[in-house]
Amino acid sequence: MSKIWLIAQREYLTRVRKKSFLIMSLLGPLLTAGIFAVPVLIATLSDKDKVVAVADAGGLFADKLPEAQNDITFKRVSADLPTAKAEFNKAKYDALLYVPKLDIAKPDGFQVFSRKGLGMSLQRDIERSVENAVEAQRLKNAGLDQAVLKTMKADVSLKTISLSEDGERSSSTGVSTGVAYACGFLIYMFIFIYGIQIMRGVMEEKTNRIVEVVISSVKPFQLMMGKVLGIAGVGFTQLALWVVLSFGITSAIAGSVSPDKIVQNRVERVNAAAGATATVQAKSTKSEGNEIVKAFKEADLNFGLIAGCFLFYFLGGYLFYGALFGAIGSAVDSETDTQQFMMPVTMPLVLTFVVAQATLTTNPNGQVAFWMSMIPFTSPIAMMMRLPFGGVPMWQLGLSMLLLIAGFLGTIWLAGRIYRVGILMYGKKVTYGELSKWLFYKG
Amino acid sequence: MKPPILEVRDVRKQYAAHTALDGVSLSVPEGSIFGLLGPNGAGKTSLIRIITQITGADAGEVLFRGERLNPSHIGRIGYLPEERGLYKKMKVGEQLMYLAQLKGLSKDEARQKIKGWLERFDIKSWSEKNIEDLSKGMQQKVQFIATVVHDPELVILDEPFSGFDPINANLLKDEILAMRSRGTSIIFSTHRMESVEEMCDHIALINRSRKVLDGSVREVRDAYRAQTYEVEGQGRLMVMHPDFEVLKHQERENGHFYDIIRLHGGTTPNDLLRYLIGAGSVEVHAFRELVPSINDIFIRRVRETQPDYVPETDTALA
Repeated sequence: MSKIWLIAQREYLTRVRKKSFLIMSLLGPLLTAGIFAVPVLIATLSDKDKVVAVADAGGLFADKLPEAQNDITFKRVSADLPTAKAEFNKAKYDALLYVPKLDIAKPDGFQVFSRKGLGMSLQRDIERSVENAVEAQRLKNAGLDQAVLKTMKADVSLKTISLSEDGERSSSTGVSTGVAYACGFLIYMFIFIYGIQIMRGVMEEKTNRIVEVVISSVKPFQLMMGKVLGIAGVGFTQLALWVVLSFGITSAIAGSVSPDKIVQNRVERVNAAAGATATVQAKSTKSEGNEIVKAFKEADLNFGLIAGCFLFYFLGGYLFYGALFGAIGSAVDSETDTQQFMMPVTMPLVLTFVVAQATLTTNPNGQVAFWMSMIPFTSPIAMMMRLPFGGVPMWQLGLSMLLLIAGFLGTIWLAGRIYRVGILMYGKKVTYGELSKWLFYKG
Repeated sequence: MKPPILEVRDVRKQYAAHTALDGVSLSVPEGSIFGLLGPNGAGKTSLIRIITQITGADAGEVLFRGERLNPSHIGRIGYLPEERGLYKKMKVGEQLMYLAQLKGLSKDEARQKIKGWLERFDIKSWSEKNIEDLSKGMQQKVQFIATVVHDPELVILDEPFSGFDPINANLLKDEILAMRSRGTSIIFSTHRMESVEEMCDHIALINRSRKVLDGSVREVRDAYRAQTYEVEGQGRLMVMHPDFEVLKHQERENGHFYDIIRLHGGTTPNDLLRYLIGAGSVEVHAFRELVPSINDIFIRRVRETQPDYVPETDTALA
């Protein structure tokens, strides 16, 4: 045991002292902060206002042009298409919308000209404007006042509450999805990054030929476990640093660029561009921002349980896969040989993440979710993606944990068998058949 | 005679389709240099891996000072494997500390011993250097210290001179002899028999997973004495005696000759000498017994069971 500790210590210290560790520790939070900050920055900085020229031959916009929206303003030009085109070219408008003479019951023949091709969102916005105008026209023809119609529109947001034996708890699907993805992704990333570090470490010892020196002092199993545990320590240190630094950096950014300010900016810009009509919309953006905060407050996730389980599955998943990565490292001579063995190990990981998108978060308590959260190959990620939605019975959680413990004891045993033979095997391309034979070699 | 430090009894080891050791027994006397000799692939490394407890034997047992081999012996054996290396990115001092502690030394003991060895090799200033910054020869010294830093009672050296440059090989030789004089037992494993025969007290020859011969170097040589003598001299050599067989006769300049003569019928070298001198026609300049090298003995021994045996040609120098 003390030897495993010694080995783990060395693995830990040599890695933590590396410059790359320090760089990653600092870069990680910056990247995380970047992930949050970039969309905000893009929203505030990009998208200069687009101007769409309207050649209204059909008289659809005879009363008034569509309201400015989403950074688009409309400008009337000659109704005659060739003249309109000339104007369009001269004035450098972003797009030209041509409204033909039309039958309001069956509108057709709208055309949009643009210089560089329309973006998806611009096209959608123009479409919507035209649709609205057509609808308004129809309403008017039918003798309905649009103002009356507006008062009849309802805007409802659902407050979801999960019912369980502990009583009612309000939840927010949005927040749950966010937490689920964050947990799942962290575990996924951790297993990959540190699993591969184990593999590299084993290969380094093998190619450096130090392994035989070391295993004349310790058992191969001790060497492998020491490495797995030491690198786990590195991972936890890095995670802790990331959490601390991320909080620091994001709160620093949040302090300087608060969401309110961003909304304010937007309001001002929109105002300047389109006049007072836009304030209504800006106000709604602002209230959306508040809603997210409110949702987090109302979500009332069981953070204690989630954090505890996260640590368990984080470590469990790492041990389960880490040992396998170690075994791969022991069986090969160089990185290029690892490919054929990596596939079956990484497939379940990737699969969980893909399935997560389709099923886990939309139906967190369904059959697929249940089985994936039981099988140790997928459970570390799958269970962590189910938990934030609540409603996972205790027996399922317990069973999943037990299976994962049994699973990693199994893979560690398996890896140990392969490892002890593999590390002394030089210059030989190994096949699966051979690997399976190693399992049954005697001491 | 002191009891042997290591005894191997009828050890067998089987890998998938290949038998590495087929009932090998030998005993290593305390305080001697023991040569474990044989061609590549004979099973030497397999045997050493069993002695160093890297693998286990399928059958048979190994006794260290009369006790069945167990993990408490790990710290009493030092092993320099044929495949060797060090952590490239670790400092010399830290590396030695780590390896010494893995052998079971406490931090203080390890620190003290490492200091002693670094001083002995006059490389104390390297302690803070990374291994990758050292030359190959320097790394070899560090590697050797790592092998013996815990003052093992038994040191096992697998192909010790491979990869060592001539200067370090000599240093290693001196250090090995010094260790023997301090009472350490040493097992030498090599397929290059001529490189160690002058150092070994005892040898065991292994071929094709079996021991073919063992004993003290003197015993083995005596057993394989061919009763042949080299004679050099001047004059006309005429050997007509039925007990003296001329195996080779060479005429050289100015009436000099070189002959190899085998004795038969219980005659002694003195008889041959007397006969040569008595003939009166020759002047003897040199008379020497042709002693078979361990390599010759090995080939002869193997050919007894394997008549088509062709020795490996290995011209590399240590």
